[in-house]
Amino acid sequence: MSTTTLQPELLGELNELEPSEHGHAAPTGFIGKYVFSCDHKVIAMQYLFTGLFMAMAGGFLAYVIRHQLAFPGTKMLFHPIVNARQYNAISTMHGTIMIFWVAMPILIGAFGNFLIPLMIGADDMAFPRLNMLSYWTFLVSTIVLLASFFVPGGAAAGGWTSYPTLSVQVISSNHWGQVFWILAVALEFVSILMGGINYITTPLNMRAPGMKLFDLPVFVWMQMTATGLFMMSVGPLIAGAVLMLCDILFQTGVYMPEKGGDPLLYQHLFWFFGHPEVYVVLLPTLGIIGEVIPVFSRKHLFGYKPIVFSTIAAGLLSIVVWAHHQFVSGMDPRLAAPFSITTIIISVPFSIVIFSMIATLWGAALTFPTPMLWAVGMLAEFLIGGTTGIHNGSAASDIYVHDTYYVVGHFHYTLFPAVFYGMFCGLYYWWPKMFGRKLNETLGKIHFWGTTVFFNMTFIPMLLMGIAGHQRRVFDPRSFGYLKDMGTLHVIATYGLYGLWIYQIPFIINVFCGLFGKRMTDRNPWRASTMEWLAPSPPGHGNFEVLPECYRGPYEYSKPGAAEDFIPQWLPEETAGIARK
Amino acid sequence: MSSLTHLHPLSASVSRSPRRIPVIPATRLGMWIFLASEVGTFGGLIATYVMMRMWHHEWLHESAHTLLSIGTINTVVLLTSSLTMVLAHEAAEAKERARTRRFLLLTAGLGLLFLCLKAFEYSHEIAGGHTPKVSVFWSFYFAMTGLHALHIVGGLVLMLYATLGLRHDCVLRRVAPIGLYWHFVDVVWIILFPLMYVTTH
Amino acid sequence: MHLFSWLPESISSYGREMDSLMWLIYYVVGVWFLLAEGLVFYFIFRFRRKEGVPAAYATGRGLKAASWVIVPALLVLICDFAIDARGEAVWHHIKLEMPTPDVQVRIEARQFAWMFRHAGPDGQFNSPDDVITNGELHVPVGKVVRFELESRDVIHSLWIPNLRLKQDAVPGRMIPGWFKAEKVGKYGIGCSQICGNGHTVMGATLVVQTQSDYDQWLKK
Ligand code: HEA
Ligand code: HEA
Ligand code: CUA
Ligand SMILES: [Cu+2]
Repeated sequence: MSTTTLQPELLGELNELEPSEHGHAAPTGFIGKYVFSCDHKVIAMQYLFTGLFMAMAGGFLAYVIRHQLAFPGTKMLFHPIVNARQYNAISTMHGTIMIFWVAMPILIGAFGNFLIPLMIGADDMAFPRLNMLSYWTFLVSTIVLLASFFVPGGAAAGGWTSYPTLSVQVISSNHWGQVFWILAVALEFVSILMGGINYITTPLNMRAPGMKLFDLPVFVWMQMTATGLFMMSVGPLIAGAVLMLCDILFQTGVYMPEKGGDPLLYQHLFWFFGHPEVYVVLLPTLGIIGEVIPVFSRKHLFGYKPIVFSTIAAGLLSIVVWAHHQFVSGMDPRLAAPFSITTIIISVPFSIVIFSMIATLWGAALTFPTPMLWAVGMLAEFLIGGTTGIHNGSAASDIYVHDTYYVVGHFHYTLFPAVFYGMFCGLYYWWPKMFGRKLNETLGKIHFWGTTVFFNMTFIPMLLMGIAGHQRRVFDPRSFGYLKDMGTLHVIATYGLYGLWIYQIPFIINVFCGLFGKRMTDRNPWRASTMEWLAPSPPGHGNFEVLPECYRGPYEYSKPGAAEDFIPQWLPEETAGIARK
Repeated sequence: MSSLTHLHPLSASVSRSPRRIPVIPATRLGMWIFLASEVGTFGGLIATYVMMRMWHHEWLHESAHTLLSIGTINTVVLLTSSLTMVLAHEAAEAKERARTRRFLLLTAGLGLLFLCLKAFEYSHEIAGGHTPKVSVFWSFYFAMTGLHALHIVGGLVLMLYATLGLRHDCVLRRVAPIGLYWHFVDVVWIILFPLMYVTTH
Repeated sequence: MHLFSWLPESISSYGREMDSLMWLIYYVVGVWFLLAEGLVFYFIFRFRRKEGVPAAYATGRGLKAASWVIVPALLVLICDFAIDARGEAVWHHIKLEMPTPDVQVRIEARQFAWMFRHAGPDGQFNSPDDVITNGELHVPVGKVVRFELESRDVIHSLWIPNLRLKQDAVPGRMIPGWFKAEKVGKYGIGCSQICGNGHTVMGATLVVQTQSDYDQWLKK
């Protein structure tokens, strides 16, 4: 434990980007407090509510997609009948929004921002101003993205992957949607990059005295790995997007074969980022359930270090698997084997993580309040997503399943648990810390069971349709003879989505009720041992009354001989000794 | 379950001990992380350029139209600016504000000179019919050198911002991360220069 | 309701291999899946909190404890290699080998239709006996068909579920491939890569004929 006194100039170095923030008085006035705030908790809330708003938007687009697929060309509530062009735009925007404007802001922007400083016992991020800038850049990107629905020609319609030459050439008569899409995505990347500098620097530099790297809660590790992975992989796509923008606006020909360019180039650049990106989305959620499962098992997280190292290994490995999205893209078929092998081997680190989580349940003293339901639900559902990934990962069977609804089923079975189960789990669990009130348990359980039933009802049919040969991104499945039997499955999936929406209503009510009413006084309602539960609920400016020290790892539950079934990280040995009696 | 009060931290002895001392100061660490992601951006561009260049031998003739002389001068200009940046950093370490400001401004001036020469090059090339549209080589040329020039502009903004703030001592420490950034931009040019100009003549 | 009972009938020479690969993955991964889910549910019911029974203190530190997850992970690795080995063989057969062709076709994709140039009896393209069709690909049964896939505008993807065949058509490239249809009949062809507003109507038909029917059709 470091007890050296802090030299003033080092302090200066820590503070130099924001000389006015650290150690200064809390901002006063509504604007300073809630709008242009540098406080990581306020920024987290801004990210959270922007993300939730976008989740409604993305879910609404999913509704339009599902209605069109089940009942092609018929009237629907809340939206006019769509044509093929609009359908493509809507599914493109659905994918883009869900991944970049829901998953990223909520799992990283909101949870990362809120929890990293609290979990390491710090008063804020390393660069609060940069953090604020990150959110405002994000908001601008959101506005640009939403504005793209209203530009001449409508929003981008080339798929969320935006492969050229379609995205460059065909739309170029009406290319504004695509241009806005590129700008919005680029701005969003810049925003996450700015945030990412914080998410890595803060845990490295600002841990509480006594907190070693392996005393960090696994959630913090996952945030660091995820943002590190993001920052390592995003560069080439930024480069690719710049080139695409040039192709559209200045008629250069980097992706245009008739000008000597190559459309496959973009696919490599996109997936070099795109595959790591899916783990950037998955890891924070693994972190969330890695916090929740020990608490409600009253057990040490099984295999803390193996989990940390496995996810880092999976992250590194994920940089060399990208071409598994391109097995039949026309790239050299000899490349398939190496990429197929690396892809399938990723199941090893992930099985270590998943088995460790399951092992944590062994011998536990389990209770199932809502957060725990979501955590275990996430595990159980993600297994379907992960295992279907192997059919895609084997190059030969991917010839069949590529770009079918099997892939759509696969990625919803990975992304929905990662994004929605993870987010719900985190919200029900940390809501008391965020807002000082518990969410209603009954509504929470209704929400969980309804969502789980209808989630499976929506996406199992998609796996089946994929096996039956149903390709993706078709506007009207009836136009292909071999898809004539798909009608019923589409209808089932669509009813599944209706159910999903209906069962979000308890959640929305819960959220709004959870913002008002009497605050509770208990700082640590779940009796958890990580540092964030030491702070008041909600934490004030500067987080802790007295900045804490750390005395042990994050998961000391049910330690034999201790008086309580948990020993918090912040408790000094002497006190813990008394506790142990 | 027994009550938690005796475990409560505030009743327990929580000492007011100082924060840890970081191994690498935060701003410098942050800049390193940022630059790591920049490596990806330029690395992606450079790698694809090199790959496509290997397929397209005809680019040899196109790249012969770049202005080697100005490119060379610009390389010298940037290298010199790296030197003045080092001197600025040294002055900052010695807490000599006036000298720091002088060297920062000198560095910025050299950066500006680089941009002017680059602008001249661009206009010369475009006047000669070598617009980004005509071939993929020129698309890459303009995209890569353009992105690099944007980074130079960013560096100028940072340096001017730092000189303005030099009234406070603690701001002297901004010089170190800006220096890191500037050297990075310099290194990128050192890679671009042979790729775009030299291998052609 | 078995996942793969939804597979459409396989009519190509390599379809059986591909299906068996998919079944292999299905079973290998399925066993692990059931094992994992089984454990989750068993633990959920078995280890509910009981008053007075504390949870175990198991950190998973040390090789012995960690081997509870490391050994299964190594077994997973072995399964991975098995899947890889089988998959690589099938891939090699389908995409890397090129049996001597009996028949040649050039397939040109454009927004939003398929054009097929059958080489005709002389086996040469761009000769007078070429037969060009829009939206109908004719092949003789039991013969190796070599195709050359091209695209005129954007990326499309030739998708023939019954043949277990999929290949993107990329502008600026000619991508060769092959198949051997083993059953007479008419089968659907689709485009599986988003290519614009008409992606949804970019279908065609594969007509597999007996050799004599095929020869007759060529003459017409
Ligand atoms: C959170 C998101 C997420 C996650 C975690 C994953 C995880 C995986 N994905 Fe997925 N994937 C996507 C999101 C995700 N994917 C998306 C969005 C797309 C489509 C993009 C588009 O085209 O629009 C996609 C597409 C996609 C493809 C391309 C398909 C195609 O277009 O043809 C492939 C191919 O290899 C693939 C493979 C995998 C693999 C092998 C994993 C692995 O990481 C899974 C590892 C986990 C397990 C395997 C389960 C646990 C292990 C066991 C229970 C042990 C037993 C296992 C074995 C014996 C193997 N994915
Ligand atoms: C995180 C990622 C994510 C998520 C969660 C979803 C969720 C859903 N997706 Fe999505 N989808 C993608 C990512 C995602 N999708 C991607 C990347 C594509 C590919 C796009 C492309 O082809 O280019 C795709 C494509 C895609 C298709 C294929 C379109 C096609 O190929 O033609 C379909 C079809 O059914 C579909 C359906 C659904 C449905 C029914 C849901 C449902 O699960 C949605 C349920 C959501 C809700 C019901 C909203 C809930 C709202 C809240 C929780 C907010 C609460 C707010 C407050 C409290 C304020 N999606
Ligand atoms: Cu052609 Cu889709
Ligand atoms: Cu992938």
